[in-house]
Amino acid sequence: MSGTIGLLNSVLERARGENRAALIGYYPAGFPTVDEGIGAATAMAEGGCDILEIGLPHSDPVLDGPVIQTADDIALRGGLRIADVLRTVREVHAATGVPVLCMTYWNPVDRYGQERFAAGLAEAGGAGCILPDLPVEESDRWRKAAEQHGLATVFVVAPSSRDQRLAAITAAGSGFVYAASLMGVTGTRQTVSRDAQDLVRRTRAGTALPVCVGLGVSNAGQAAEVAAFADGVIVGSAFVQRMLDHRDDPEAGRAAVRELAGELARGVRTAR
Amino acid sequence: MSDVMSDGFFLPDPEGRVPDAQGYFGAFGGTFIPEALRAAVEEVAAEYEKARHDPAFAAELNELLVHYTGRPSALTEVRRFAAHAGGARVFLKREDLNHTGSHKINNVLGQALLTRRMGKTRVIAETGAGQHGVATATACALFGLDCTIYMGEIDTERQALNVARMRMLGAEVVPVSSGSRTLKDAINEAFRDWVANVDRTHYLFGTVAGPHPFPALVRDFHRVIGVEARRQILERAGRLPDAVAACVGGGSNAIGLFHAFLGDERVRLVGLEAAGHGVDSGEHAATLTAGEPGILHGSRSYVLQDDEGQITEPYSISAGLDYPGIGPEHAWLKDSGRGEYRPVTDDRAMQALRLLARTEGIIPAIESAHALAGALDLGRELGPDGLILVNLSGRGDKDMDTAARYFHLYDSPDTTEGAGA
Repeated sequence: MSGTIGLLNSVLERARGENRAALIGYYPAGFPTVDEGIGAATAMAEGGCDILEIGLPHSDPVLDGPVIQTADDIALRGGLRIADVLRTVREVHAATGVPVLCMTYWNPVDRYGQERFAAGLAEAGGAGCILPDLPVEESDRWRKAAEQHGLATVFVVAPSSRDQRLAAITAAGSGFVYAASLMGVTGTRQTVSRDAQDLVRRTRAGTALPVCVGLGVSNAGQAAEVAAFADGVIVGSAFVQRMLDHRDDPEAGRAAVRELAGELARGVRTAR
Repeated sequence: MSDVMSDGFFLPDPEGRVPDAQGYFGAFGGTFIPEALRAAVEEVAAEYEKARHDPAFAAELNELLVHYTGRPSALTEVRRFAAHAGGARVFLKREDLNHTGSHKINNVLGQALLTRRMGKTRVIAETGAGQHGVATATACALFGLDCTIYMGEIDTERQALNVARMRMLGAEVVPVSSGSRTLKDAINEAFRDWVANVDRTHYLFGTVAGPHPFPALVRDFHRVIGVEARRQILERAGRLPDAVAACVGGGSNAIGLFHAFLGDERVRLVGLEAAGHGVDSGEHAATLTAGEPGILHGSRSYVLQDDEGQITEPYSISAGLDYPGIGPEHAWLKDSGRGEYRPVTDDRAMQALRLLARTEGIIPAIESAHALAGALDLGRELGPDGLILVNLSGRGDKDMDTAARYFHLYDSPDTTEGAGA
């Protein structure tokens, strides 16, 4: 079975055709359990996420703030395995039909085997991978495997990326470009960084790929603000926080993430 | 002084053998970092490249190393200790006598000068045993830089004296309560700080691991250890040692000692890893003995990890060796066969610590005691004709609470002989 990069591309195109940004939701697999994680991610799509990113938790999440660290920790202490992550991708995609990417640090993929991981993700119906600590210079072998299996490779750009480097990164990427809105780790912020719009403008100058903005977006107002200038709005910690708030009542947690997805989906539709 | 100075203290690898332009030592090294840190790491690399060719930089660093650190550090022959090492001659390179009490100051002063050259006003660092943190806080006080030190919560407890020293020097010490609450997690937290504050902040990395250029840069600032020791032992013993030995956590004091001997093929380079309760116990930090290649903290090297690439929690009685990674140059030395790496348990290290204290009047850091335990083995293997050079990388004041508990020194004056064995 081939990966679903085609579905990812068409969803992003459709959003563009509707003159709106796509809503992309991140959720870590295995939190608080594998099945409850599948339920939460499914609810995010039902609530209005166009695209999902399933996190493969890592013991050393250097790019993540306290909320996702906590979720990763709970997932790993629960004995999460890569097979569980792939099952999450498969079941969420099957239940919702939305494109599902995997987001993780490089060591788990490297250790599992690059080709083996690409094959497994494609077989689960995955659309691609976001690997924020895999630099483009080290990515040849992975990208070959991803391409062969119909998977997108989404690279991250940052406000500190110089124009020449933006060009090199976007030339190697597929699916979309993940623009980090600010210099920092994941987590909710009070305001949208001013760097974000400038980064989107500079990134677009060198690529036709959609440019989606993540880091720090947590509510409908911020989503609308970002959706005014980006092709997609990525929200993660705010969803995870909803589930953390309802640790004792997963059903209430699912309702909360569904509701948040709905608010954000309205946000990205009221921006332009 | 002119004779000493003409040799130089700051001596980047003259032959430029490794790493390559991408930061690789054979299959190990590289730059696996988030894009947001790319520009900062490239800035460090570019500034270091300029500095290492700048005579004014070398002169200023040499001035500090002589008149502030107290270099060259002594080389001490330890005859009563050596009687327990098969009669081989044993010399200690006394990095414990440097200002701040360990080798860490060599690298810290170099990077503090780099920080100033880059126009940055704030320094962050990780620390395990607290020796790198103390050295960094010291340099920040000297240079007038803001200083934040990340330290695992477990380490703030077992190295409480060093926490107090850092705070006395004006640094903010942040206990890290995530993960295993030790050195690895302190590094994670320092990276998170750096990515958010990179404009005015330099991450003063404390060992020969991390993304390129840190493994090469930190090594170059520590090369002085081996360069001095090689000259000193030739003067004192009339020949090169059969083996040079050093403890390895991240590997900075070991690479600093080894590097001057790389070309001396007859000299064995022996690194001693922390085996904790034993390599088979699962509670250890013996990365080169029991680890597998993988990526941690920005470079490819050996790491302690499970079959799916999750980093496993290390253990050692020594906070400075309690790390699941190792510098990529050591991984390369191991795989090429040039370096030998051996595990030393907590108990053997503690016995060596007490032996040096009782025979020579020198209390080593628990980290360095691992190297001493390794030297006892090497001496017995080499016999009376053997000549061993050991890096005594730090002094043991910071470890007195741990040692007192281990040997029951708080209980009564006469219970120490059999305790902890």
